[in-house]
Amino acid sequence: MAHAVETGVKHEDHESIKIAGFWIFLVQDVLLFATLFATYVVLRNHYAGGPTPKELFDVPGFVAETFILLTSSFTSGLAALQLNKKSVGGLITWLVITGVLGLAFLGFEINEFTNMVQEGATISTSAFLSAFFTLVGTHGAHVTLGLGWMLGLIIQLARRGITPVTSRKVSVLSLYWHFLDAVWIFIFTVVYLIGVM
Amino acid sequence: MQTQHFFIVGDPLILGADISIILVSAAIIFVLTYFKKWGWLWREWLTTVDYKKIGIMYFISALLMLFRGGVDALLMRLQLMFPNMNLLESEHYNEIFTTHGTIMILFMAMPLIFAMFNIAVPLQIGARDVAYPFLNAVSFWLFFFGALLLNLSFVIGGSPNASWWGYPPLSELTFNPGPGENFYILSIQISGIGSIATGINFLITILKMRAPGMRLMDMPLFTWSVLSSCIVIIAAFPVLTVALFLLFMDRFAGAHFFTMTHGGDPMMYVNLFWMWGHPEVYIVVLPAFGIFSEVVSVFSKKVIFGYTSMVVSLLLISVYAYFTWVHHFFTMGAGADVNTFFSISTMLIAIPTGVKVFNWLLTMYRGRIRMTEPMLWTLGFIVCFVVGGATGVMLSVAPADYQYHNSYFVVAHFHNVLIGGTVFGMFAGMTYWWPKIFGFKLNPTLGKWAFWLWNIGFYVCFMPQYALGFMGMTRRIYTYPDDMGWTPYNVVSTIGAFIMALGFVFQVWQIVYSAKRMDRDVTGDPWDGHTLEWSTTSPAPYYNFAVIPKVEGRDAFWKEKKKRSQPDYKPEKRELKPIHFPKNSGIPFIMGVCFFIAGFGLTFHWVWLGVIGLIGVAATLYARSFQYDTEYVIPVEEIKKTEAALGRDI
Repeated sequence: MAHAVETGVKHEDHESIKIAGFWIFLVQDVLLFATLFATYVVLRNHYAGGPTPKELFDVPGFVAETFILLTSSFTSGLAALQLNKKSVGGLITWLVITGVLGLAFLGFEINEFTNMVQEGATISTSAFLSAFFTLVGTHGAHVTLGLGWMLGLIIQLARRGITPVTSRKVSVLSLYWHFLDAVWIFIFTVVYLIGVM
Repeated sequence: MQTQHFFIVGDPLILGADISIILVSAAIIFVLTYFKKWGWLWREWLTTVDYKKIGIMYFISALLMLFRGGVDALLMRLQLMFPNMNLLESEHYNEIFTTHGTIMILFMAMPLIFAMFNIAVPLQIGARDVAYPFLNAVSFWLFFFGALLLNLSFVIGGSPNASWWGYPPLSELTFNPGPGENFYILSIQISGIGSIATGINFLITILKMRAPGMRLMDMPLFTWSVLSSCIVIIAAFPVLTVALFLLFMDRFAGAHFFTMTHGGDPMMYVNLFWMWGHPEVYIVVLPAFGIFSEVVSVFSKKVIFGYTSMVVSLLLISVYAYFTWVHHFFTMGAGADVNTFFSISTMLIAIPTGVKVFNWLLTMYRGRIRMTEPMLWTLGFIVCFVVGGATGVMLSVAPADYQYHNSYFVVAHFHNVLIGGTVFGMFAGMTYWWPKIFGFKLNPTLGKWAFWLWNIGFYVCFMPQYALGFMGMTRRIYTYPDDMGWTPYNVVSTIGAFIMALGFVFQVWQIVYSAKRMDRDVTGDPWDGHTLEWSTTSPAPYYNFAVIPKVEGRDAFWKEKKKRSQPDYKPEKRELKPIHFPKNSGIPFIMGVCFFIAGFGLTFHWVWLGVIGLIGVAATLYARSFQYDTEYVIPVEEIKKTEAALGRDI
């Protein structure tokens, strides 16, 4: 049916065009994070008498966060494998695991932020902390958005199964998730590792 | 907040504007109700995902914003006409130059280029639609509600007053506690999301949706210019988003990115702003270059001279655009080596631009030139842009820039390139594609009046400002004493501004007159065009082409016409097929409303309202994600019927 219809583009191309657009969206998101990173690097020594990264960052905490997020990237990869096998059950299971790991990551991050604020290190303390909270918080906001998206997609998969549209949505979401992982590796290096070194 | 601070009522000028806004709104509501047009408005316009209608809406909004920004300009010129004028107070003057700049760049030039993107690109590449029709509607409504938010500041809460670039620390909470700067930040943020989406949409449209046979190097030059403009949008706008977001964090969350205390660095904002700001100039001027290339070639009856060098220079400009931003503030004190780098890079960017000018001239050389209105705007542009380019090279010399910096010389220079480049370019595009959009040509006599008034007015207004810059008149001063010797130049400049305003009046008259009096264009090809948009009817049916054209090489339609005029030409019988088409949707409009509510709430620090708005945004995103039945099929009979009604047999 669908193949007899002409749209100027072939129907099956529709989904690939959407994935191409999402790649370009990621390009602009990379630039957004690049600007935030540049800001952080410029301001990272501007303590204004406030606490320094060495005093603030909790090594076991951010290492745990990192491992959780990296694992969630791996499980979202396993979800994509289930997609190729056309197994809805497996796909949903791995997406749920990915989502739970994402939630755990967020929990750690919120805990870290709360502790810092309770110690008196707030966004208003120094330019360094403004840049820290904004950069890491923007990543956290991205993760939160991804979790909301994941929930919606799991519901759609449960209702509709694997179709060209839902599988395109899974591919796009896992692109997004891996991208957040890559951004975190830079945060891990530039913010946390260099911070405590 | 007290009511008298919420609604601005003190100033008689603003009070008058308040009353006229209320009257106009009441009149619009009355007319829509009386003629029972609400349903029509909702079905045909507010929920449309048809890029042609979206183009028209962009166009109308841009003209309205041109009017608003133009009134700001006239008020400024009246205030500066004579020394010690009392028309505007200093605070009001600050607000007006701020909104003038913000509106003209972000809410006039941007929608105007987007109007041209929508009107011409899908037709030029032989496509039926843009890559993401729904997203296109979202872009428009985000622009629309962003513009509405900014304009609302005029009557509610107070306008921004820290200039169109909103430099801290002046734009920080300490020095600017009112809601004005919040309006500025949030309105640009909202429309900026739309701009990025448009950039992605048209980039993918051009890369993925071209008619079969059209290679990249066969694309019309306007399409190429849109492609390069989109690349710049995608790369530059995220930086603006971050710069404004950080300023917002300073004002809203008490951060210290750009404050004078706690280790903040105001100059970082200036750098970030211009990393977007300079490429932005190219975002709005590159499409104009594309339009001139189309116009020059069609009205000289020649193929464009140096097609490849045109493409290369477009792409070079879109790369170089990132390496010149510091020339906006050579006086920052970055040191001789940094200034030298940016000085040289600025001079280099003049080279690809120069290549283009020579190519246009050589296209006209020995061409059969028709002096139509689009061609007049093109010629006016070339002269104007060469003057603006030359003064730009003067400004790029860092040591000399210490003298010009912040003076009227700079004001004259960027109006020279922006009016001469973008505005003239869009007027050329408007008059060129008008018959394709609306099905009739614009009246040429009135158009020539508009052209000459704009052109003469431009030089009368801005040439004296170069002199004023040399004489030491700085930007943004709201008045000056009478012993400076500036008075005669300012008088002349103000007269020029009013001549341009008269030109605008002629354009409005031209549009109204032509809508009533001009003949329908039944050929679909009123200019003897070269590119595919002229191969379909005027206006094009909503699916553009009954049969997707097959393209061989550049200037596809021109070649096709030559083929058809051969005696042994036999038209190829092509089979019609049903077409998939996107359904209209109210979600983009509702999403725009939600963004508006969120922006308005955050402007006044009403977090609850901001949260409600953002929840609304999330809800619309979710609603869209759960929609699966988003397309319908146009049957062959309907295509046949439509084509027959348009006088084309298939």
